[in-house]
Amino acid sequence: MTSLSTLLNDTRTRQIGLQALMLAAAIGGIGWLVLNTAGNLDERGITGGFGFLERAARFPIAESIIHYRPTDSFGWAFLVGLGNTLFLAVTAALTATLLGLGVALARRSTHPLTSGAATVYVEAMRNTPLVVQLLFWYALLTLGLPNIHMAFTPIDGVILADRGLYLPRPVIAGDKGPFVAALLLGLAATAAAWRYGRIQRLRTGIPNHYGWIAVFSTLLLVGLVWISSSLALSLDRPVIGRFNATGGMGLSPEFTAVFAGLLLYSAAFIGEIIRGGIDAVDKGQWEAGRALGLEEGKILRLIVIPQALRVIIPPMTSQYINITKNTTLALAVGYPDIALVAATTINQTGQAVEGILILMLVFLTLSVTASLFMNWYNRRIALVTR
Amino acid sequence: MTDMTQPTPVFVRTAPTPARAAPLAERRPLWRLLFGDMVSAAMTLVGLLGLAWMLPHLLSWAVINSVWTGGGDECRQAGACWAFLAEKYPQILFGIYPPAEQWRPIAVCALILGLGLWSLPPRNWTKATLGLWVGGVLGSLFLMGGGVLGLKSVPTSAWGGLPVTLLLTVWSLGLGFPLAVLLALGRRASLPVPRYLSIGIIELIRGLPLLSLLFIASILLPIMLPDGVSIDKLARALAAMVLVSAAYIAEVLRGGLQAIPKGQTEAAQALGLNWGQTTRLIVLPQAIAKVIPPLTSTIIVMVKNTSLVLVVGLFDLLSAGRAALADPDWPAPFAETYLLIALIYFTICFSISRYARWLEMRMSKGSRR
Repeated sequence: MTSLSTLLNDTRTRQIGLQALMLAAAIGGIGWLVLNTAGNLDERGITGGFGFLERAARFPIAESIIHYRPTDSFGWAFLVGLGNTLFLAVTAALTATLLGLGVALARRSTHPLTSGAATVYVEAMRNTPLVVQLLFWYALLTLGLPNIHMAFTPIDGVILADRGLYLPRPVIAGDKGPFVAALLLGLAATAAAWRYGRIQRLRTGIPNHYGWIAVFSTLLLVGLVWISSSLALSLDRPVIGRFNATGGMGLSPEFTAVFAGLLLYSAAFIGEIIRGGIDAVDKGQWEAGRALGLEEGKILRLIVIPQALRVIIPPMTSQYINITKNTTLALAVGYPDIALVAATTINQTGQAVEGILILMLVFLTLSVTASLFMNWYNRRIALVTR
Repeated sequence: MTDMTQPTPVFVRTAPTPARAAPLAERRPLWRLLFGDMVSAAMTLVGLLGLAWMLPHLLSWAVINSVWTGGGDECRQAGACWAFLAEKYPQILFGIYPPAEQWRPIAVCALILGLGLWSLPPRNWTKATLGLWVGGVLGSLFLMGGGVLGLKSVPTSAWGGLPVTLLLTVWSLGLGFPLAVLLALGRRASLPVPRYLSIGIIELIRGLPLLSLLFIASILLPIMLPDGVSIDKLARALAAMVLVSAAYIAEVLRGGLQAIPKGQTEAAQALGLNWGQTTRLIVLPQAIAKVIPPLTSTIIVMVKNTSLVLVVGLFDLLSAGRAALADPDWPAPFAETYLLIALIYFTICFSISRYARWLEMRMSKGSRR
């Protein structure tokens, strides 16, 4: 009997037993849910599987980056929704980063009006829910703006009315082939020259102008090609019609509301991240830079920002992931992102399990991709210690 | 020895630089900050011009042309319609709760806010306060639902407005916390099964938008449970919120657990405490105390997250406000309504963040001693 009690009191046996119990509970729980689901679906006469993705969707999608017709399949509709989600996330993230940088600098400013305005903005954005803000912007754009005949036109070519925001679109007329080729060639040459110049400068300590020479020759080349292929740049200005504005670049109130809401909300958070990163750099770094005789701008660019980036990158990663996750709130105002497509599909086909699985898969893939990229970038700029 | 083939670096100074004036004093007078140099003066001017352009518009909308009394007709072709809020505030704050019983949601809000205020000073962080919370939250559930002690029964489908927002926040945090402790401990465990289970659950929930979790709870959960078992809509949304708060709190707690020096556990083991005692008496109290400031920001996130239950058709503060706006007798004064709702959220969240700032300063003072 002693052998059995030793076995029961042995740490290893206990650990293995405990873990086996946990694993059994987890698998059993999931299995129970799956069995229930299968039974319930059977009862309701819903056939599982992803076969429905090939059937025609038959619901309209108001606007999309990828071309879509109601006769296209459900699978295509999901892709169209994903395209809209990605477009929204990328544009919002890029613009919010720029605005966030401005907000961070404004909050650090010694000018009381500037820093005060930035503080009020940040606190107002961070302490109210994004959905409330989105609904407010959407209501403002659809109910608060005049109709198209009394549209608000701050500058010629920009029309703001309850039908959306219309902007002029640059149009290039003529054969663009040689021009694009020259531009790409010039960009590649400039990048190479810049790199070579930097290597030379680091090796010899003598400043050189290879980079700038390449920039100006590229400009010259591109300009010559532009003239020789007789390209003409014009602006396609929107014109107010009977019910709508035509021409130009039209942005629906749904997109404008979601985009503006996401941009303003995320810029407040990004601004605080950047400000925190800059504040985290020791004051002695600024003073040392001044002692070396560097200008303030150069100290910021060459000494402070590279060190601040190490503090900024990790929270910035989660902020970008948050922006992507927050695009799903577009559903509240009716912008057809992937969540709205999934919700509509579930409503029409009853394929709830499949619809939600697709939605989950998309967001898990996006989150994992974003964090892998950011981890790689973080490793690249991380402090190299001996 | 100098290598003569090396080109002379061009940055070396040959003569000393002339001495510069001493830097400006740290504290500069206000007029100098505003008009000290060209850039500041330009910024001041632009700011003042902007204010001068905006203020008259704002004043004429909010005060001069606004309507304070009367019905929907007075509000057409006018500025801000504060009369709408004056008439609709019970509906915005309490949803479609029976008007005769409205003292009950008021009492619930007062109870939760009062408990929150009572818990602010750290000297009140006692077991008795925890008991008060458990009693208060359970009591508010009975108060809202009724059916006991002669209170009229009100189904959860009729609950709405601020009490739903507050109850969802408090319940998701209260139920999420113990779950978060388990997940955080699991993630730090040396055994592979609990570690990978915890990592999987935490990362799955954090990688998904709350909206998709609410979809799962509202659409998928009824299909995943056996026949005949039905869960209330509010409880289903709450389940999603609990999981989210658990995952986020677990990550915050993990930071606190990592900050506990290994010597603490070793000392506890040397005293003969087993794993459970070490965790409960030595590790967790220190870890939780360390992460109270970041936990408050999780509370703010959860308060804001409650507004999302709108997409599954629950009547929180925001959806109650939207329902009030749908009244055709009024010209849909959305700006006023959303401003009121935003103001309520702002008051709650901003106070919590100020409190967190104060707490952090107090704690850093303690450790500096």
